Amino acid sequence: MSRAVTPRRKAITTVLAWIVGFLIFFPILWTIVLSFKSEGDAISAPLNVLTSTWTMESYEAVQERSNYFLHFWNSVVISFGSTIAALVIAIPAAWAMAFVPGKRTKDVLMWMLSTKMMPAVGVLVPIYLLFRDMGLLDTRTGLVIVLTLMNLPIVVWMLYTYFKEIPSEILEAARMDGATLRSEILYVLTPMAVPGIASTLLLNVILAWNEAFWTLNLTAAKAAPLTAFIASYSSPEGLFYAKLSAASTLAIAPILILGWFSQKQLVRGLTFGAVK
Amino acid sequence: MGKIQLKSVRKAFGDVEVIPPLDLTINDGEFVVFVGPSGCGKSTLLRLIAGLEDVTSGEISINDTPVTALPPAKRGLAMVFQSYALYPHMSVKKNIAFPMKMAGLPVEEQEKRIEAAAKALNLTDYLDRKPGQLSGGQRQRVAIGRAIVREPTAFLFDEPLSNLDAALRVNMRLEISELHQKLATTMIYVTHDQVEAMTMADKIVVLHAGRIEQVGSPLELYRKPQNRFVAGFIGSPKMNFIEGAEAAKHGAHAIGIRPEHIAISATEGAWKGTVGVSEHLGSDTFLHVATEFGTINVRAGGEVNLHHGDTVYLTPDLEQLHRFDAEGRALA
Repeated sequence: MSRAVTPRRKAITTVLAWIVGFLIFFPILWTIVLSFKSEGDAISAPLNVLTSTWTMESYEAVQERSNYFLHFWNSVVISFGSTIAALVIAIPAAWAMAFVPGKRTKDVLMWMLSTKMMPAVGVLVPIYLLFRDMGLLDTRTGLVIVLTLMNLPIVVWMLYTYFKEIPSEILEAARMDGATLRSEILYVLTPMAVPGIASTLLLNVILAWNEAFWTLNLTAAKAAPLTAFIASYSSPEGLFYAKLSAASTLAIAPILILGWFSQKQLVRGLTFGAVK
Repeated sequence: MGKIQLKSVRKAFGDVEVIPPLDLTINDGEFVVFVGPSGCGKSTLLRLIAGLEDVTSGEISINDTPVTALPPAKRGLAMVFQSYALYPHMSVKKNIAFPMKMAGLPVEEQEKRIEAAAKALNLTDYLDRKPGQLSGGQRQRVAIGRAIVREPTAFLFDEPLSNLDAALRVNMRLEISELHQKLATTMIYVTHDQVEAMTMADKIVVLHAGRIEQVGSPLELYRKPQNRFVAGFIGSPKMNFIEGAEAAKHGAHAIGIRPEHIAISATEGAWKGTVGVSEHLGSDTFLHVATEFGTINVRAGGEVNLHHGDTVYLTPDLEQLHRFDAEGRALA
């Protein structure tokens, strides 16, 4: 017998769920609210904040002080560039591991994942020095390279689990039906793998978009993406609260919209192919 | 033409030899069934013929042309898988058309063959559906349709009915047999179900631990099993085996007698026993009789008025008695 759900129980659960949801969303909401206030009102008591006048002055100030579109474009190039580069490397790798596994395939996968367990700061100095000597500091190319390498293990793992879900009998059937390796990949494997590749792409664009450690440490001005743009408004002196909020809102808006439109693929991506 | 020959074909995975060197000839137009318990290597053997697995040594030829080095696509065989292995993103029509598309057949010819296959397999109304929207039996038909349109040299079936329910299985069994009558193409069929093997095959190959135990027509295997394994595997319910003094009386290490070759009587007979469980099927009654040699299964025609605990006497039909030596080989 299924558990009985009384209307009262249902009401309580619903209210609780809304409260938890609101608590989680609150910082983002508050950031957006503060971005529409003057600097003075932004730091006043919370109730005052809500009743004070709404204004666009912070956005105007941000736009005057810095070039939003340069940073936006840098973020786009870096996040999509690194994700596509990672896919180009990871698709053949994951294909090989899923369909022609060797004795050490599991170990290789674990080793790849283990690199994610090391704190990034541990390799900051060598990478910084390498970048300096190779002239990659504050370049988009440099960031694409480092973010590709950072996210590669996740991309390989995600694709591997997706490819694993494709029954090998179907590929064998294609072979029996006279398909060459090329037609097998083109007509059978790719159509079945596209949803998985799409979710992987989406999730990694978001991860790369939000990546702050490397983007802050390896850029100054030219290649700085939106993360650096936000950081430039966090200052120990002066009043920057509203401007910081405006900058943050501008930085998260594009990815929030992208995420909203691709919710379905994202959820599938986040479950890592565990749920069919 | 579809003659398939295996010469000293051997398969090993690492150090494990799953198929010791084996010779087999399958003649054109034959319906051959590979049967054996799970893990006996029957599916591996089929996959070797298909080219989905590479032979470790030996040679396979189709119509006297060696194909050992050819990939599956070049062998001209069609296969039906246990899981159906349909392309989930393609409609039924596209699934059936796929092998013809790969072969580069003209579109009009493709249409013609799809139509014919759909009609023969009752799929005409489902051509635009995706495999996910079909029942198990329909999916199996699509898989068969996909196999027949390319007019292969031979069909390979890998336990195609195992995922279907009992009633559907009997229907599909008939459909496949009928298909064989109509096409007269060589078919190789793998199953663990000896009833499927007996009802469908022209020739049965009984496999056990990678070895061919016996090759023959269903009735040959039933009447003249070459060893104890085949004797026990073919026939349902299983043959009864008796060892010891009773077997020695017949000059053998063990004797075997099928349940249908034992007469049962309430008053007199060779072996005395007590009725245990009895299974009433209406047409037959299967009695499990406890005797001094262990439980003996007896098949009695129609309804029998015997109950649990009744004392009965069993008499084997000596004409139908099978004798085996200590190694399990049949004695003439």
